Formats: sequence, structure tokens, C-alpha cells
Amino acid sequence: MTYKLQLIDVTKSFGTLEVCKGISFDVKKGELVCMIGSSGSGKSTLLRCINLLEAVDGGRILLDGHDITDPDLDPQPIRRRIGIVFQSFNLFPHMNVMENVMLAPRRVHRTPKAELLAETTALFERFGLADRMTHYPDQLSGGQQQRVAIIRALAMKPEIMLFDEVTSALDPELVGEVLDVLRKLKSEGMTIILATHEMGFAREAADKICFLDQGIIVESGPPEQLFTNPKQARTREFLSRVM
Amino acid sequence: MSKDMQTGTPAASEKVAGFSKQARQQREIRLRRRSTLIATVSTISVFLAIYILVPMAPGWEKVQHSFFNWEIFEKTFPTLLNAFLLDIAIFAWSAPLIAIWGLALALARDARSPALFPLRLFATVYNDIFRGVPVILTIYLIGFGIPGLGLPRPWNSPYIWGSVALVLSYSAYVAEVYRAGIESIHESQRAAAKSLGLSHWDTMRFIILPQAVRRVLPANMNNLISLQKDVALLSFIGPVELLRQAGVFKSFYANFTPYLGAALIFLAVTIPATRFADSLMARQDKERR
Ligand SMILES: Nc1ncnc2c1ncn2[C@@H]1O[C@H](COP(=O)(O)OP(=O)(O)OP(=O)(O)O)[C@@H](O)[C@H]1O
Ligand SMILES: [Mg+2]
Repeated sequence: MTYKLQLIDVTKSFGTLEVCKGISFDVKKGELVCMIGSSGSGKSTLLRCINLLEAVDGGRILLDGHDITDPDLDPQPIRRRIGIVFQSFNLFPHMNVMENVMLAPRRVHRTPKAELLAETTALFERFGLADRMTHYPDQLSGGQQQRVAIIRALAMKPEIMLFDEVTSALDPELVGEVLDVLRKLKSEGMTIILATHEMGFAREAADKICFLDQGIIVESGPPEQLFTNPKQARTREFLSRVM
Repeated sequence: MSKDMQTGTPAASEKVAGFSKQARQQREIRLRRRSTLIATVSTISVFLAIYILVPMAPGWEKVQHSFFNWEIFEKTFPTLLNAFLLDIAIFAWSAPLIAIWGLALALARDARSPALFPLRLFATVYNDIFRGVPVILTIYLIGFGIPGLGLPRPWNSPYIWGSVALVLSYSAYVAEVYRAGIESIHESQRAAAKSLGLSHWDTMRFIILPQAVRRVLPANMNNLISLQKDVALLSFIGPVELLRQAGVFKSFYANFTPYLGAALIFLAVTIPATRFADSLMARQDKERR
């Protein structure tokens, strides 16, 4: 029970394409785990499985020691405990960003209006967007939109946050502000799993790196060791390509 | 000025850019004026030709007398306008019912859980049937058939059953338009809603429908315009609305001018509505770019 999240031999295929071929790793409370790997290696799929947006074919995913892949369980209460932020933000374009953030807590947690408004305002202030609350998503920069997407996930008070390449769609000068948010979340004790191509950030901020290739975890370990002294040839080859 | 250019200060480059832009605008205005002129001249010549040539046709005197009879037009037009109020009323109570029933059908067709399969089947079959049968046939079958069951007044009224027929037919078309809108919303919006723990119904209500309905508004406007015209089909089962009234006058005066009056009244409504739908569509296209 010391692990917040454990994946045990998770498999997932789309038709004949095996995307996850038995993936196991675990995340302690407050840890930041980075998944790296080339495009198509299955990072997004794995995050979607953890969030129950995709059903796994085999293996188990334990949240606080309880298997959440049990098909008899109602997935919605579990999803609420796990926030996810996507590469393409996926904000709701017909609502202003405050409504984007408040919709789910209002409908799902039934938080009273006054309380919700105070909480939401506090969140926007914390991430430097207090003056943008009544803007519509298309009136904001990519970096601001992505911060709103993070705020929206945080408003559900999740226990774990999943980030799927949250900086890939951003202009280089906007990447920094989103990474700052991640650092802040980590310093506040959030448990984080992050799929990323930002090797610099992974090296500096992660507690653990998992290198995925062709549906398996080839190698995992603390960033210092994995980046400076990889044990596997495939890891070395990948790192030499991206760094 | 030349000194400015040499040093390449921002002020100089601005002046240069401003000048060429002005020239370009003037050129555009000139071109636009010329095409307006050409369009005007050619339109006038076409109408002039019609005005001169048509009266030369051998039957023109007769046609003029029976289709363009000002005296009869003057006499019948106020009554026709009055009869059109009935078209408006039928339209006004049918349109909201169509919007609601059409939406219900669209949602039924989108039902995903296996337990709701019968609902989905019903909506699919319904849409196939009512889109496959000419509206006028539905109006005959329901408008004559159901009162024929010998229902007591007012339940045998052709107003009620004619409207019901219109609602049943048109909601099938409207449902398909809604459904296209629902399907046009990207799957990632559903994924985002799901990941926040929103239920299927909440996702539909707060995320999918508001975007979908807005997106298909121009298409549904076109359905409304069509409905406005098809209200006239109820004249075949009894109600004395505009078309029927024009028919009555035609028989009475043995003259077709009242039909022309009726056409003018329909156009007075449908042309502005069509332009409005077009501008809506243009605006949405611009927004999506
Ligand atoms: N819904 C789906 N249906 C079929 N195939 C899918 C589906 N989702 C993902 N795949 C396939 O699974 C493989 C892994 O995709 P995934 O998105 O998980 O990779 P990734 O590691 O996130 O890559 P990237 O770095 O490009 O985001 C790819 O080959 C992809 O085409
Ligand atoms: Mg991905």
C-alpha cells in the first residue's frame, strides 16, 4: 500500500496492433514519473488506459491498492480521482474558460455556487490567469489555454495528474510557462505521470524515467542514471537521437 | 524623405508600405465599380428585351388578362394577406414541435447503450419512413385517415391532423440535420468531458448539443423555409389558408391573378429568410477558418 498507482503487466491492442505488451511500473505518492519514447511507442494509450478512457485487455491497474480495471466498477467515480490533460487542450470552445473549469465540479461534485466560484478564482490566481477568467478559449494563447486545461483538471481535486505531451502543441516560447506549472504542482505534492519529449525537463524534474519502446518498458530508473549511464542499447540509441 | 530611406528608420518603411496599400485599395475600388457597371447594364438590357419581346407573342393579350389583372389583384390581395395569417399560425405552432421532436429522434439515434437499442431502432425506422414518403402523401394519409376514425370534435379537425403530419415529416429531416451536427463534434470533446467524470447525458447536454445545434443552424433555417412553403399543402385537406383562398378566388373570377398574389406573399417571407440563412452560413464559415 505504499504505492499510489501500480501497473501490473498491462496489455492493450487495437485490432491486431499490440500497443502495450505487458507494462509494469509503479508510482509513489508525490512522485513525478516521466514516460519517454519515440512516437507510436504507446505513451498516450497507456495514459488513456490509466484514466479508463480505454479498457485494458489484460493486466491490472491498482489505485491505492484497488484494481480499477474491474469491468464491474463504475468508471466515472474513478476518473474523477485521476485528472488528465491532453496535448491538444480540448477546452470546450462554446464556454468561457471559467465555465470550462466550473462545469464538472458543479455537475459531478455538486459544489455550492459561492464556494465553487471562490475555489475557481483561487485556482486562476494561482496560475496567473485571474484576468482571463471570462475569456473564451480562442481568445487565449496556446500556453494560456493549456494552463486553463490544467486548472480544469485540478478543479476536480484529483489525486493523480496525467499529462500527455502537454507542451508539444505550443510555440517554444510558451513551453516554459506550462513547465513552470508542472514544477509548482510537484512542489505542492501532486502525484504526476507525464508523457513528454522535453528531455531537459524530464531530467531536471522527474523522480523516475520510464523509457517505452514498441509497447514495453525497456528501461526505467532515476534520471541521472538513465540519461548518463543507460544500460540498454535501445535506450542509448533513442537518447542519442533526441538529445 | 530620401534621407529617411537611406537610414532605413521604421517611419520610412511605414510610409512606403502605407502608400502601396492605398494604391492597391484604389485599384480594387476601380475594379469593383467596373463590374457593378457591367452587371447593371446587362441586367437592364435583359429586362428591356423581355419587356419589348414578350408582348409581341401572339397569346400575350390573353395571358396578361388572366395572370396580370390589376383590378382583380387589388380586389383579392387583402383577403389573401388575411388568409396568410393562417399559414403563419400553422407554421408557428408546428416549428417548435418539429424542433423538439426532431431533437428527441436525433438523441434516440445516438443512444449508445445496448439496453436502449429498441429506441435507436425506432428512430432509424421512423426517419427512413418519413423521409421516404412525399410530405403531401403523409398529409393525405393522416389528415384524412385519422379524422375518418370518427373522432368527436374538435379532434377531427384537419388543422390538428394536418399539422401533425407536417410535424411527423419534418422532424425526420430535422433529426438527420441534428445528427450530422452531433457527429461533427470531434471525439476529443467527448474524451475531455469523460475524463472530467461527466455523465453521458451531461456531456450531451452541456458539451455536444450546444456546439452541434449552433453548427447546423443554417441547415435548419433552410428546413424552416421549406416548411413555410409546405404549410400550403394543408390546403388539400381543408384549411382555407393562402393557397386555398387563392384557388377559391381563381374559380370565382375565372382568373389566375390571385395565384400571382399568393406567390408574391410567399416570396416576401422566404426571400429575406433565405438571405438570412445564407448570411448565417457565411458567418459560420468565416468563424471556422
Ligand atoms: N483508437 C485507436 N485505434 C487504433 N490504433 C490506435 C488507436 N490509438 C492509438 N493507436 C495506435 O497505437 C499506437 C500507439 O499510439 P500512442 O498514441 O499511444 O503513441 P504515443 O507513444 O503517444 O505516440 P506520440 O509520441 O506520437 O504521441 C500507434 O501506432 C497508434 O496508431
Ligand atoms: Mg501521444
